[in-house]
Amino acid sequence: MTGTIMQPGVKALWDDVESRVAAGDRFAGLFATRPTEVAGSVGVAGSVGVAGVAGSAPITLSAHLATAGGIDTLEAALPPGAESYPALTPRLGAAFWYEREIHDTFGVVPEGHPRLAPLVRPCSPETPGDRALPRHVTGYGMFTIPHGPVRSGVLESIEYLVETPGEAIPHLNMRVFYKHRGVQDAFAGMTPADAVLLAERTEGIASVAHALAFSHAIEQIAGCEPPMTAQLVRVLHAELERIANHLDVAVRLADAAGLAVATARLALHKERVMRLVSRLCGSRFGRGVVVPGGITAAPLLPPAQLRAELDQLAKPIAADAAALMATSSFLDRLRGTGPLTPERARQHGALGPIGKAAWPADDARLARPYDAYRALAVPSARSHRAGDALARLRVRWEEVDQSFRLLRQVADDLAERAPDPYSVTCQPASGRAVGWSEAPQGEVLYDVRLEAGHITRCHPRSASFHNLVLMHEVFAGDILTDFPFIEASFGLSVAGVTL
Amino acid sequence: MSIWVLRGLRDGVVTTRWPARPDDYADTWRGPARPVPAALSSDAAAALSSDPAAALSSDPAAALSSDAAAALSSDPAAALSSDAAAALSSDPAAALSSDPGTDSDTLEALCPTGAITVERGGNVRVDQGRCILCGHCVAERPDVFAWSQGATGPGAAALTRDQLIVPELPETDEAVEAARARLRERTAALRRSVHMRHVDAGSDGSEEWEIQALLGPVYDIHRLGVFFTASPRHADVLLVTGAGARGMTVPLRTTYDGMPDPKIVIAVGTDAISGGLLSQSDMTTGGIAATVPVDIWLAGSPPSPFGIINALLVAVGKLARDTNPSAPARLTTGPRGGRRSR
Repeated sequence: MTGTIMQPGVKALWDDVESRVAAGDRFAGLFATRPTEVAGSVGVAGSVGVAGVAGSAPITLSAHLATAGGIDTLEAALPPGAESYPALTPRLGAAFWYEREIHDTFGVVPEGHPRLAPLVRPCSPETPGDRALPRHVTGYGMFTIPHGPVRSGVLESIEYLVETPGEAIPHLNMRVFYKHRGVQDAFAGMTPADAVLLAERTEGIASVAHALAFSHAIEQIAGCEPPMTAQLVRVLHAELERIANHLDVAVRLADAAGLAVATARLALHKERVMRLVSRLCGSRFGRGVVVPGGITAAPLLPPAQLRAELDQLAKPIAADAAALMATSSFLDRLRGTGPLTPERARQHGALGPIGKAAWPADDARLARPYDAYRALAVPSARSHRAGDALARLRVRWEEVDQSFRLLRQVADDLAERAPDPYSVTCQPASGRAVGWSEAPQGEVLYDVRLEAGHITRCHPRSASFHNLVLMHEVFAGDILTDFPFIEASFGLSVAGVTL
Repeated sequence: MSIWVLRGLRDGVVTTRWPARPDDYADTWRGPARPVPAALSSDAAAALSSDPAAALSSDPAAALSSDAAAALSSDPAAALSSDAAAALSSDPAAALSSDPGTDSDTLEALCPTGAITVERGGNVRVDQGRCILCGHCVAERPDVFAWSQGATGPGAAALTRDQLIVPELPETDEAVEAARARLRERTAALRRSVHMRHVDAGSDGSEEWEIQALLGPVYDIHRLGVFFTASPRHADVLLVTGAGARGMTVPLRTTYDGMPDPKIVIAVGTDAISGGLLSQSDMTTGGIAATVPVDIWLAGSPPSPFGIINALLVAVGKLARDTNPSAPARLTTGPRGGRRSR
């Protein structure tokens, strides 16, 4: 159940957003669009770029709110030619990065925004930002450690600017724009069949979840529903992806703590999960499976063999997880590290394991079920309040257990079902819809607009984008050596932040 | 702590012996798309096949004009209409050339990244440096396209950009040998101990997972004398992932300049080679070759960990890239035991 509500002006829009958030809705995103002329020329890829009729066309602001049964979109158009609007951030802190993104992309100024430094786009193509180190904290012995964008280890490019007197971290600043790839603009002009490939590569470690959220938007526009077999296979790949991601976080945490055996064991499990995925579909990341209208092909393993392999995976993973959670030297490093308070998590609407560790954050699979989750018995999770790195890891292990239970149901259902077609025709011409799915990092949203069978604008919002800003606020008395634990426990992907 | 001691022995040795010994997972690895052999260059197809219909198809003009076809061949098959000849023949190349005008457009349109080209003679080539392994072409036209198999076959680490185009262009072989000789000169000193550094220039995050997997127990890159280093000053090899984000141009170049000579650059993945789906984006340079000189091109979206190992071994001259995908990989270890003077 989703709806779009148009408001007469920006102030009325913010009033509505604020009152609905106060009433219990969760702020899920704020995007801007500048409509471009779409008179028949859409077919040429990329020709309907921002450059076209930009400047004069009015900008529309769309705020997305997660409600009990769907995503509501509240919209208001800025007056034509407006170069600024009153910012939402002073009234709703969760809009902080969203309004910086709007400022980066369209140049329109949110009046009253506390900090409009570049976020997702480098200042100019050739000179990536101001190299001068920002200083927010001054005092005797304070200095800034610039960590990145080329970091030690095999990690994605991001720059952390750690202001420190030596041990404590009173202030952290992030520059995430280095690897901005122009994904949003690249969607424009694509057909849904090609665009789902780009969705898979928007945040590569959550390929399936992004393909699902995108496909759900297209299916909503077309008004079609994939056959049940396809829905089950979608759940199959989404849950395997979740297990692989959570194991990756566990590997990084064990590595940060110097537990060599645990690191190797968990990496072995992750490799086995990825190999199972590749034997099911040919790709280790579950790519090329999900398409609008269904899936491309049946799993390459028969359900009985799948069931047997799942059992072989689940047992040793659970045993090693239990051993890890009984290793006191490891738990000491995580307990109380990087805490996010329940109040702050609620205000921000923190998503995924980060949110679930601190407040009763919703899970799209339960709150707004899609595909076969509607038919399967999704086990509900325990609630956590501690909000620290340990609570986040506990949430992940519970989700792994939950995933295996779902996967066994899926394997049994697939074995019993008479095979039905893998997809239905899904080629809508025009429309707009918001699709969602629950990635390992949390809820993914896709706001998709179609004209004449081609995408005019597609705005992905990953949980990584929504959650990463919280990293500023979790260094309560934590010191430099806690940094790798906090970063790993967030488990986010920079690719999903900068797009 | 002691709980981990026995746990570490639980699964025995899980490390692959590849490439010294074959590995099922490496050999069955699904690589980028390629034209099926019969649909390769029509000259080769004609040479391979004694079927007159195939010989016919080597010259599309002949196939179009039934007079010319009849003149060329005394075989009764040639006297049939070109459609019927194609239908008789199991050779897809012949089927292809029976209607070159419309077919070339539809074949090229199958690929979202423009990796497929159909030459005037009806030859189909796939630029694996553009292939993102979406499978559209294999699903739509299994008679013309197939997946390449194995981490060392075609589509594995290439020494020149053109080497990624299959079937290979006529002039590729010489260029590859020249590139291999140049590389061998530079890397002779590195054979026994190689240190590498990774830079993400706008990847989707999946390539990093596959490179990290090399440090895990299954691939264990250390067994081959290859190590990761944090400092570019200690690095011999630069692994670059991503489509070449503009924001990473300066950091990537700075890292490269900070490395001592000799240095080798490996473009890891289709995005790093050509930009993939983001090749047209204003915010990328459409591959990393615009910023740093690339020595080894490794296709894949993302490439498999085996592919990355293979690229590393090719880079340091430990492995001869075999053009025959069914042949086992050959690991050349160089002189052993003897102490070499510096």
